[in-house]
Amino acid sequence: MIHSLFLINASGDIFLEKHWKSVVSRSVCDYFFEAQERATEPENVPPVIPTPHHYLISVLRHRIYFVAVIQSEVPPLFVIEFLHRVVDTFQDYFGVCTEAAIKDNVVVVYELLEEMLDNGFPLATESNILKELIKPPTILRTMVNTITGSTNVGEQLPTGQLSVVPWRRTGVKYTNNEAYFDVVEEIDAIIDKSGSTITAEIQGVIDACVKLTGMPDLTLSFMNPRLLDDVSFHPCVRFKRWEAERILSFIPPDGNFRLLSYHVSSQNLVAIPVYVKHNITFREGSSQGRFDLTLGPKQTMGKAVESVLVSSQLPRGVLNANLNPSQGAYTFDPVTKLLTWDVGKINPQKLPNLKGTMNLQAGASKPDENPTINIQFKIQQMAISGLKVNRLDMYGEKYKPFKGIKYMTKAGKFQVRTYQHFLMVQTSM
Amino acid sequence: MNGSLSSLRSEAVGAMRTMLVSAESLQLTLKPELSQEEQALTHTSSKAKETHKARNEDLKEMLESNKESLKLEAMKRIVGLISKGKNASELFPAVVKNVASKNIELKKLVYVYLVRYAEEQQDLALLSISTFQRALKDPNQFIRASALRVLSSIRVPIIVPIMMLAIKEAASDLSPYVRKTSAHAIQKLFSLDPDQKEQLIEVIEKLLKDKSTLVAGSVVVAFEEVCPDRIDLIHKNFRKLCNLLVDVEEWGQVVIINMLTRYARTQFTSPWREDAMFDENNEKAFYDSDSEEKKGQADVKTYIMDPDHRLLLRNTKPLLQSRNTAVVMAVAQLYWHLAPKHEVSIVTKSLVRLLRSHREVQYVVLQNIATMSIQRKGMFEPYMKSFYVRSTDSTHIKTLKLEILTNLANEANISTILREFQTYVKSQDKAFAAATIQAIGRCATNISEVTDTCLNGLVLLLSNRDESVVAESVVVIKKLLQTQPNQHSDIISHMAKLFDNITVPMARASILWLMGEYCERVPKIAPDVLRKMAKTFTVEEDIVKLQTVNLAAKLFLTNSKQTKLLTQYILNLGKYDQNYDIRDRTRFIRQLIVPSEKSSTLNKYARRILLASKPAPVLESAFKDRDRFQLGTLSHSLNIKTSGYQELSEWPAVAPDPSVRNVEVIEPVKEWAPSVGKAKQSKSEDKFYSDDEEKEENASDSSSSDDSDSSSSSSEESGSESEEESNEESEKTSSDSGKSSSESETEPKNNSKKATRKKKPADSDSDESDSKASSSSAESSSSSVSDSDDDSEPPAPQKKSNVKARPKVEVKSKKEVSLLDLDDFSPAPMNAPKPSVFSPSLLSDLEGLSLSNVSSAMQVTTPSFGPMKTFELLHHMTGKGLSAKYHFPRQPCLYQPSMVSVQVILTNGSDHTLEEIHVGDRSPASLHIHCFNTIERLEPRASVTVSMGIDFSDSTQAANFQLCTKEDQFSVSIQPAVGELLMPSTMTEADFCKEQKKLLGMNETSATITMTTANTSSQTINKQVLSVANVGVAPSSQNNFHRFAGRTVSSGALVLVSLELKESSSALLTINTEKSIMASMLLQDLKQALTEA
Repeated sequence: MIHSLFLINASGDIFLEKHWKSVVSRSVCDYFFEAQERATEPENVPPVIPTPHHYLISVLRHRIYFVAVIQSEVPPLFVIEFLHRVVDTFQDYFGVCTEAAIKDNVVVVYELLEEMLDNGFPLATESNILKELIKPPTILRTMVNTITGSTNVGEQLPTGQLSVVPWRRTGVKYTNNEAYFDVVEEIDAIIDKSGSTITAEIQGVIDACVKLTGMPDLTLSFMNPRLLDDVSFHPCVRFKRWEAERILSFIPPDGNFRLLSYHVSSQNLVAIPVYVKHNITFREGSSQGRFDLTLGPKQTMGKAVESVLVSSQLPRGVLNANLNPSQGAYTFDPVTKLLTWDVGKINPQKLPNLKGTMNLQAGASKPDENPTINIQFKIQQMAISGLKVNRLDMYGEKYKPFKGIKYMTKAGKFQVRTYQHFLMVQTSM
Repeated sequence: MNGSLSSLRSEAVGAMRTMLVSAESLQLTLKPELSQEEQALTHTSSKAKETHKARNEDLKEMLESNKESLKLEAMKRIVGLISKGKNASELFPAVVKNVASKNIELKKLVYVYLVRYAEEQQDLALLSISTFQRALKDPNQFIRASALRVLSSIRVPIIVPIMMLAIKEAASDLSPYVRKTSAHAIQKLFSLDPDQKEQLIEVIEKLLKDKSTLVAGSVVVAFEEVCPDRIDLIHKNFRKLCNLLVDVEEWGQVVIINMLTRYARTQFTSPWREDAMFDENNEKAFYDSDSEEKKGQADVKTYIMDPDHRLLLRNTKPLLQSRNTAVVMAVAQLYWHLAPKHEVSIVTKSLVRLLRSHREVQYVVLQNIATMSIQRKGMFEPYMKSFYVRSTDSTHIKTLKLEILTNLANEANISTILREFQTYVKSQDKAFAAATIQAIGRCATNISEVTDTCLNGLVLLLSNRDESVVAESVVVIKKLLQTQPNQHSDIISHMAKLFDNITVPMARASILWLMGEYCERVPKIAPDVLRKMAKTFTVEEDIVKLQTVNLAAKLFLTNSKQTKLLTQYILNLGKYDQNYDIRDRTRFIRQLIVPSEKSSTLNKYARRILLASKPAPVLESAFKDRDRFQLGTLSHSLNIKTSGYQELSEWPAVAPDPSVRNVEVIEPVKEWAPSVGKAKQSKSEDKFYSDDEEKEENASDSSSSDDSDSSSSSSEESGSESEEESNEESEKTSSDSGKSSSESETEPKNNSKKATRKKKPADSDSDESDSKASSSSAESSSSSVSDSDDDSEPPAPQKKSNVKARPKVEVKSKKEVSLLDLDDFSPAPMNAPKPSVFSPSLLSDLEGLSLSNVSSAMQVTTPSFGPMKTFELLHHMTGKGLSAKYHFPRQPCLYQPSMVSVQVILTNGSDHTLEEIHVGDRSPASLHIHCFNTIERLEPRASVTVSMGIDFSDSTQAANFQLCTKEDQFSVSIQPAVGELLMPSTMTEADFCKEQKKLLGMNETSATITMTTANTSSQTINKQVLSVANVGVAPSSQNNFHRFAGRTVSSGALVLVSLELKESSSALLTINTEKSIMASMLLQDLKQALTEA
């Protein structure tokens, strides 16, 4: 299965290597660097690269390439999924998954990797089990450790691995018992130049933060479970119960976890909460282009649209942009040609607007491309699909937990395609 | 050994090469500073050596100190060194001393070190072995497990016997965790010493029988690694594995599912037969009794799915809901390879869901979908929009999505797909834009209805500013023209004109080839192109030179008078070219075409050799033969056979004996359990799953599992197989009873376990039938969906499933036949009307493909969706057989923006061929008409669609002209409806109001109309208005207000139509435009349409 792992940073340095079988020379990464050179963007490096004797499967996250070396047939998704799990674990342990964080905690990283794989096959990937084996570093613990000489490695053995609920550690105790559930929905949409929706769909997740003593058995039911078209569960959810009653019944892991991700059936029309009016034009012969963009809310059920961020990749010919935002701030990176406008909250009375001119390269012909506008936003206290949690019950424990449910709607891949209006005299063919 | 040596060598070669490359770049660019890597290299080689050594010295000191914390600190630093790939092997003796340390963290770090360097320091590593041997006997299962883990990871051949012994012992350990570790150790030992295979297989066989979910995944990994061909080991464990599957950890699930896929392909017969019967009854038969099952199979001759086959499918299905993408993919491929055709589509939704995941996951999943979508369009067609490309996708994701969209294209959705492609062509990512053009080409060849449309769109792209777009278009046009060259001499000559401006070699070569191939159609242009090429021959790329030689040869044969000298000149240039290919080609061509005494025989055939009609290329998917690999595998992803890939076998014609999967062991248990097991059962009940434990739950799980170990150890002193079995059995029964009292988390497991057992407790029966009923209803609903899918498919792919390779060829050849038909140019009567149905909207889909050419019409946005009205131009009675009809396709005119484009369908209704159909005199003489090119021949009963452009100068005055054939002339006239003189324009509401205010008074015409209430929905209004006039819908914030905007084609004057709905179904229709005559006419038309409707 997985032979070795190399971590490579954005500037192409291998800053960590780990081998589970015999050592594979790091020169194998040269094939990866070759592929990297060929790719114009970091994202364009193919995830699977064959070399004469090995196969490299890589994952790019937080500007770090995690390159796994494989020697024989293995489902590529198996490796990819595992690498992402590694990144998630690092993030869980160190808060961030950066080169600095990994270098600072290299011993913990090594201990983790040692536990996560045995002979290249995943052994323990549940965060609850890992945390029992290796305590996450905290400032307090590091201090205590240096004074008392105790260690990060748990003396306790990973009991979770043997239990029927391997995802939950045993002996959990809290003074405040609480369970929070966040219903977060994302709208993926492509809006065409005239403002009509080409495709739109809603994907949602329920992220949970459960801090309950003992072995609680929870059930969560929905007002309208029919909305959920396609679901995937955390292993703790009892599938049979869902099939029969559309109720989520589970013994939760301790701490943060993703309970459910779902897709809202495509029959339901998706309400698009923002609209964009845009006018981005270039004139032939003139070295200036006009830019005019207005955002407005619609179908938000009275909720405010917040944290709005607009970004657009302007054509390569654009040298500079002199724009005037009615609110928020904009930046234009003349190298990457990326325009970003941090709008903030949309005030329906005074719609945010960004207007001005773009300078083109002198003498260059007007750009061919039509920029796409990417929009991010958040709407609190609303799940755009209308999904509602009915009730949450706990069995198996005697205390009364504190329960909370939060709804939020976000933009996923929300794109508006623009169209250029060329004012140009027709020359006959 | 050999392999590893050669791999080392090749890696060394690779390293050398990159060194050379970097050295080169150093020389060339005079890089001012060394890269970090190189710095590190030089460091270790020179002065850093001493500091390095010094540091290691102090590490050694720290390790030898008495203080635990110092040792730990030293080990942490050593691990830091290892992680950076630095050599720390000289510390081995100092480190290995600490292997027996009490401090767990220190011990673990020593293990890390040991595993890393033991291979290099074999003798010293042996010092540590005794520690592990001792630990293997430790009462704590985790210490035993970790000792085995490290011991087996030390790659020292001498300890193979020790490892073997340890593995054997661990395989019968009471702790499932230790047994799991031993399964992992098997692979390690196998890779260290493959000679141990036979002994290891014995251990695997034993572990396969293990009933713990913890072990199942790991042992199957070992099986796959050591003896994947020993399918016989699986028989007895098949049902158990199926039933345990849901509870196995996710990584094990992937491996088990993949293995079972392979297994099933060898053991069951194909469910893809036509006469297959998908009856859930056979499933019942299985559960009723063994004897009945056999009877059932004997009686019914039609296909009945093996109950085990069904069991596998049913038990894997819930895993589609897994959060682990690898598991979902594994189930998807299992269904793809094993399920009856109509059941496969249940995986679609889950696969599409995976597209929400990380980029790398998307990449692999899209590759698999691409392969699947070739064979079964119907599966993914409903999810077509999920494959729309977003500007933020990375290039390879975009290309894969494009591939899938192309695969999904059919007559029904092609217009949507082409409209989508049209936006992709304008992408900033030029590689992707080029790929889109190829995709358009593929759609054009696959769907004959849109060939013309696509071709026209591509021709428009030829005037694109971006060179790569132009080049790609040329290449694709070349391929398309090969399918039907006769109609397109104008395109060829157009390309010849562009030739000077195109610099991409491939595109130049393509144009030259076209010139040569169809030189008789462009008799004047081709020699001129050759003349130009003769001038620049020496500076051209090789591929262009080759095509120049070809062109010269072909022209020499067809038009030697004009080109003889040119050809000789070019052949002389080629003779002395630097490239031997070109010299060879030149020599060959010279012998072939230039008549001389020797080569007379060949010479005779030169014309037939060079000017033979060539079959059109088939543009097909890059994923066409990926299906030879099992889906989801690395081999499939890379499209090469990777090492260790296990071929998926074809279905056996006759199923091997299914009884091998019957587990006899159950028999003795059956007899045995009631009598002896009774006492035991009650005992174990308290210990394992006592009710109160279930309820309390907070009693630590570890203690319960430890308990189970100790209890079983006491009972298992004798260690016999049956005893173990009984233990399991009692566990099962106890959990059954536990289940009835409380809904425990083991419920799914219990249920599934029950399913296999032949015994039937009264309560489980009802359970079973319930679940069955629900599953069968689910299945039947899914089958009905997929049935309809199947209907839409042609029957050919259905047959394909049985014999993989052959029918594909059939399909291909079929396609070719149809292409050849076009090639021969005998436009069957049925061929022509079709494009006329499809093309108008499609042309408008592609209209935007060009960016500069029709730019003044760029504001054209909304596709016109009114019914297309066709008008008579010439009746076949008056036209002596020639009949003509015309309609307004409502697309911007290609020829001039001020023209309205008109499509004319000419049909030859006579029984003789009509020749030289063209446009003759016109009146008024000032009338601008862009005529269609003369149609050389129109066969009887054939028809052809041509497009014209007419400048009506914004008046409805008829355009009169003469339609001529070789013999006759007919006066015809085209009278445009006023609505056709417009083109739609986009406008925001604010702009609309602003413009409207400018056009008040004289420029405003209005009327009140009465409409039936049924027609006041915005949809019908839009439809009615658009059917009359070619205008665009402008947004309106009020419900009772409808706005439409357009411009006149010739002068570009704004025409604004607004409709205000009032009470009692009356409405105010207002038109604002400078052209008052048009306004009143348009008002009349609209009024009529809206009131009538």
